[in-house]
Amino acid sequence: MSHYSASELWSIFIMQGFSGLSLFSVLLLMALGLAIIFGQMGVVNLAHGEFMALGAYIVYLCSEIVHNHLPALVPYYFIIAIGVAFLAAALVGLLVEWSLIRFLYKRPLDTLLATWGLSLVMQQSFRSIFGAREVTPTLPDWLMGSFKPTATIDIPINGVFVMGLTLLLTFAVWAFMYRSRIGLQMRATVQNRNMSGAVGINTKLVDRFTFCLGCGIAGVAGAAFTTIGSTGPDSGSRYIVDTFLVVVFGGAASLLGTVASAFGIAQGQSVCEFFLQGTMGKVAVLLLIVTVLMIRPQGLFPGKVRS
Amino acid sequence: MKSNHAYLKTLKRTRVVLAALLASAGLAAGQLRAADFPTATVNTTGLAITDDTVTVGQLHSATGTMAISETGSIEAEQLAIEQINASGGILGRKIKIIVEDGASDWPTFAEKAKKLLVNDKVAAVFGCWTSASRKAVLPVFEKENGMLYYPTFYEGLEQSKNVIYTGQEATQQILAGLDWMAKEKKAKTFYLIGSDYIWPRTSNKIARKHIENVLGGTVVGEEYYALGHTQFGSLINKIKLKKPDVIYAIIVGGSNVSFYKQLKAAGITSDKWNLLTISVTEDEALGIGGENLVGFYSAMKYFQSLENPNNQPFVEAFKAKYGAKAVIGDVTQAAYLGPWLWKLSVEKAGSFDIDKVAAASPGIEFTKAPEGYVKVHENHHLWSKLRIGQWQTDGQAKVLYESALIEPNPFPKGYQ
Repeated sequence: MSHYSASELWSIFIMQGFSGLSLFSVLLLMALGLAIIFGQMGVVNLAHGEFMALGAYIVYLCSEIVHNHLPALVPYYFIIAIGVAFLAAALVGLLVEWSLIRFLYKRPLDTLLATWGLSLVMQQSFRSIFGAREVTPTLPDWLMGSFKPTATIDIPINGVFVMGLTLLLTFAVWAFMYRSRIGLQMRATVQNRNMSGAVGINTKLVDRFTFCLGCGIAGVAGAAFTTIGSTGPDSGSRYIVDTFLVVVFGGAASLLGTVASAFGIAQGQSVCEFFLQGTMGKVAVLLLIVTVLMIRPQGLFPGKVRS
Repeated sequence: MKSNHAYLKTLKRTRVVLAALLASAGLAAGQLRAADFPTATVNTTGLAITDDTVTVGQLHSATGTMAISETGSIEAEQLAIEQINASGGILGRKIKIIVEDGASDWPTFAEKAKKLLVNDKVAAVFGCWTSASRKAVLPVFEKENGMLYYPTFYEGLEQSKNVIYTGQEATQQILAGLDWMAKEKKAKTFYLIGSDYIWPRTSNKIARKHIENVLGGTVVGEEYYALGHTQFGSLINKIKLKKPDVIYAIIVGGSNVSFYKQLKAAGITSDKWNLLTISVTEDEALGIGGENLVGFYSAMKYFQSLENPNNQPFVEAFKAKYGAKAVIGDVTQAAYLGPWLWKLSVEKAGSFDIDKVAAASPGIEFTKAPEGYVKVHENHHLWSKLRIGQWQTDGQAKVLYESALIEPNPFPKGYQ
């Protein structure tokens, strides 16, 4: 690489660092909702990806409505759409918990099958409602383009946006889980359901709320991903593998683990893709994860709970 | 055989007389009456043909991942069949369609192909999209002796008596496009990118040989990303580092949108960079958004914006049937050719029998093709032109270059 100038290599280094961080925030955003549902409640929710797709479709719907009926709102609608995506996904989550999940808390393997079935139903519903073609919402102009601190560095704005949203959401989830009363009840219910019930916590209500929240966060993640890629009926099944990978690798019951694991996987993949080739980069990272999980089956940061 | 031959001769003579009669009666020439082609003689192998109908099958994915891509083909084939029926059908018989769903699952394709050929005894099948689905049904078509019209541009390295390939094979789509880049843009260095499966890999292999051995250029990078990959940051940085004259991209499906959006955000736009792709048609452009593609090039045999006397009525008919917002990509047009080529072959053979249709196919010329003119080669692929289109903000391409008719060469020597 001797025929490249130092400033050129420096620019690439900066942009490469950013692309790793950008992947980190995407992975973390995907995993946050599942870290609550799978990590805290132990529900193997294979339909989690579809909740993300739902959020993305909601943004698309908002975009269509705003562009056709309220063109004055175009520059601002995206922020509102994220909120709507959260509410919609949470609402569907509520419905699913009430009608399906609550009967299966004691049968984790059946949840696996039931949520997989649910994911197929949701995929086909998307296909029937929105059509098989992938859709992209029209994004406001301020989300497009890039910052140019120097002539050779381009930092994509949508990447910065996703990163900011991830930071905000991670902080909110942390504050909620570790600094709020209902977060405390949630963690108590996870650790010892009977005892929690005995001290007066309505465990059923806590379950419902927790599931609802996890789904809502998935909706926000999906909404944010519309700035990066398109949405199709099967988008969810593309997200789900990476999502579980991050949560399992981090250690199921730990928020810190999820963050660390998303960071590790993202930087690893980003560096490997740069020095190896596309698919080989991913293969290298997966091998590494498998090796680590063989040595530490509980993940990077297992939850410390007395059994 | 001899009596049969003699019969065919009489038949031909009758047809000439008949055509003359019809023409003199002021009816559209070419409208054939079923009564002149008794079912017993045009159908000696027990296909699903009656005195007034002929049944065909349609086998695409209406559900699952591939539904995104295959919907256009389904629509185009049905439009062609509707038009053929409106103009009198085939040998005086109306076409009935049995639609089966391959559901984006290759074993399902094989199973449904068998059902269409064995149970329904269809006279022809219009279907498949991915190479994987074609490979899955090919043994079924060869064993049960069916006829498949396959619309997608693909990697080549295949030829069958039972398949007519109405899309381009790899060399038709790749070589002329690279030549144009080398000539017009003085391109010497190329960065090859693809989704990780057989078509992009085979195509890039052909592209690399052509770049290195014929054009005297260099390939500065070649890599593949999993289907559905959405993070191209590292790749984009490598492209910026290597500064190729041409980015040659064969990314498919959902990855496309992320790829082009991220290129734009990273400042790789057409004012400083050349990008040539063989995987973006109007269908993909609709999802990617014209603003993310503007100025980049696609190498295809068909663009919706083509100006010729056949294309305008085709586009109008398509939009009339499927809505003003509908777009037509390369494969959709190729799918539209299928039923017409079959009609011409059946009429040339004077029979629906698979063997006779297959034998009659080479040499069939379709002058009403929206892409202009096509002719079936002995190897069952089509002679066709290659065009370079430059993408505009409205998601349509401006055609900058048109090659001469290119001979299909599914087994290219020196490129394997």
